[in-house]
Amino acid sequence: MKKYQYDLRVADNVKVGTNTVLLTLSFDGKTFPDIVAGQFAELQAPSDKVLLRRPISIHDADPDNGLVSFLIQIVGEGSRSLAQAAIGQTVNAVLPLGNGFSYLTAHSVRPLLIGGGVGVAPLLLLGRRLSEYGVRPTFLFGARNAGALVRLDEFSRYGNIFVTTEDGSAGEKGFVTGHSLLLDSECFDRIYSCGPTPMMKAVAKWAMEHETPCEVSLEHKMACGIGACLCCVEDTADEGNVCVCKDGPVFPIERLKWLH
Amino acid sequence: MASLKTRIGSLELENPVMTASGTFGYGTEYADFMDISRLGAIIVKGTTLHRREGNPYPRMAETPQGMLNAVGLQNKGVDYFVDHIYPETQKIGCPIIVNVSGSCIDDYVETAGIINTLDGIPAIELNISCPNVRQGGMAFGVNPESAAQVVSAVRKAYDRTLIVKLSPNVTDITQIAKAVEGAGADSVSLINTMLGMAINAETRRPVLSTITGGMSGPAVKPVALRMVWQVAKAVSIPVIGLGGICCATDAIEFLLAGASAIEIGTANFIDPSVSEKVIDGINEYLDRHGFESVQDIVGGLITD
Ligand SMILES: Cc1cc2nc3c(=O)[nH]c(=O)nc-3n(C[C@H](O)[C@H](O)[C@H](O)COP(=O)(O)OP(=O)(O)OC[C@H]3O[C@@H](n4cnc5c(N)ncnc54)[C@H](O)[C@@H]3O)c2cc1C
Ligand SMILES: Cc1cc2nc3c(=O)[nH]c(=O)nc-3n(C[C@H](O)[C@H](O)[C@H](O)COP(=O)(O)O)c2cc1C
Ligand code: FES
Repeated sequence: MKKYQYDLRVADNVKVGTNTVLLTLSFDGKTFPDIVAGQFAELQAPSDKVLLRRPISIHDADPDNGLVSFLIQIVGEGSRSLAQAAIGQTVNAVLPLGNGFSYLTAHSVRPLLIGGGVGVAPLLLLGRRLSEYGVRPTFLFGARNAGALVRLDEFSRYGNIFVTTEDGSAGEKGFVTGHSLLLDSECFDRIYSCGPTPMMKAVAKWAMEHETPCEVSLEHKMACGIGACLCCVEDTADEGNVCVCKDGPVFPIERLKWLH
Repeated sequence: MASLKTRIGSLELENPVMTASGTFGYGTEYADFMDISRLGAIIVKGTTLHRREGNPYPRMAETPQGMLNAVGLQNKGVDYFVDHIYPETQKIGCPIIVNVSGSCIDDYVETAGIINTLDGIPAIELNISCPNVRQGGMAFGVNPESAAQVVSAVRKAYDRTLIVKLSPNVTDITQIAKAVEGAGADSVSLINTMLGMAINAETRRPVLSTITGGMSGPAVKPVALRMVWQVAKAVSIPVIGLGGICCATDAIEFLLAGASAIEIGTANFIDPSVSEKVIDGINEYLDRHGFESVQDIVGGLITD
């Protein structure tokens, strides 16, 4: 899949949660790439203090209007400066990178999409893609509190949403793997998950125990994002250290050594 | 248009811009972003006799204007390179140089000997910053004797252009440079990464799995420039300069300090098409200053 390096214009940048923004970049007529849900972009943060690009999942893609959007949580200088990028300013982006979720070949009809925190980001494009195939997924989101749940209206266009919060301020109290939805393990034929590693490990454990195929999207620290530097490795059962940026970020859980 | 041609031993390069080992994969990773055939040369990933898994994750930390890495020479070994990667590199259209690493002299010699059989590889770059397992893990490149030993052993097994890449983690880099010149090196490249460290105060833990790592990027440039200048005066073989080069002006500074060619490393991560811009920028500089050849600025620093 061809990768592009573009200066993209900030079309919109709005706050959508306590600590999260929705950044929309415009291609302005440049060739719009084919994007698989789960792929990411390496964005150059507009700050003198930041050297390396920041990997950010592609949240949504609108080829007709030449727009791509990102859900960015502010955790440090890079994300802060991206969150403050003004409309009209340009952001240099390298995209689309990595391998996405396997929905094109998986033929899953009852998928469960589990997101934690800002890890919900790639699941919107995944919901859109699944709906294009006539599949209506179920979303299960975990967040610290109600204020950290974002873009629920958008997600609800593609499937039903269930929620857990750590403080009980929305949905069921607790973690995603404790949600009553999972009491009926026959309900789902595949799980796609993205979020904090402890959450994904718990999801992977549940999936393994209930023999449900499961893919997770890893968020390792990256330097190049294109498989050139070998900084972002994950140890796999079949091939040893592989690059998350190139072989991932999405992996079927049986490739990982998490449950061995 | 000025001539950008430069010479490293018996190897003639179309231009002085190469990409640094470990930062440019095997070249093809960057083919979507620039015309990689335009490069003076591509120096591929560090290659060892046997497959190496490298160090555990995390292997990278960003630091002010730089980064630390602890990749640990992950590669699939020289035989895999010969069978699977070498044929692909021959389609690229610019010289391919293999960076050779080892943990004892025999490993270096055997690896260099295997690469010597590949007609499409005109040069190797010997990474002597690797720890010598037979000498308590001290790097070959940190004293003149062990540096000369490994270079003269490899020289006997390798007929083509032999570049030796120097470590900056030494008291006097000119001593090492002179020692490897005496042992038969055709050229020296410098600098490799500088030993550094990063700590996460919140968790009270080191950021890298190996605690310390190699520092690169713009932050090391002044040190690299100083070392290139010192070494270029101390040896008569061509010097290749690198360390923090991010644009044509940086590259020209290294040429003025005495480098016959330069390598671009960390900057490839920031801008995957940077090396093509550096080639064009050097050309533009030479034209603007009325130089006919890049050779006119090599060592052209005015100090009076
Ligand atoms: C494939 C991929 C997709 C991603 N998608 C998104 C996304 O859609 N939205 C989003 O907000 N973030 C996403 N991230 C994480 C994002 O890249 C980091 O949050 C960002 O790089 C932090 O940069 P910074 O300069 O703001 O913070 P820094 O100053 O670099 O770091 C601030 C703090 O965050 C921690 N941190 C930094 N990077 C990571 C990481 N990769 N994983 C866990 N902790 C980290 C640091 O250890 C530090 O404590 C993704 C990461 C990857 C690898
Ligand atoms: C991720 C990474 C991997 C590297 N791997 C190697 C290697 O395998 N062999 C080697 O000789 N140098 C290696 N280096 C060092 C670079 O080739 C270069 O000497 C150094 O980064 C300084 O140049 P720069 O500041 O332009 O990056 C590596 C550097 C980085 C950042
Ligand atoms: S970030 Fe460089 S190989 Fe993945």
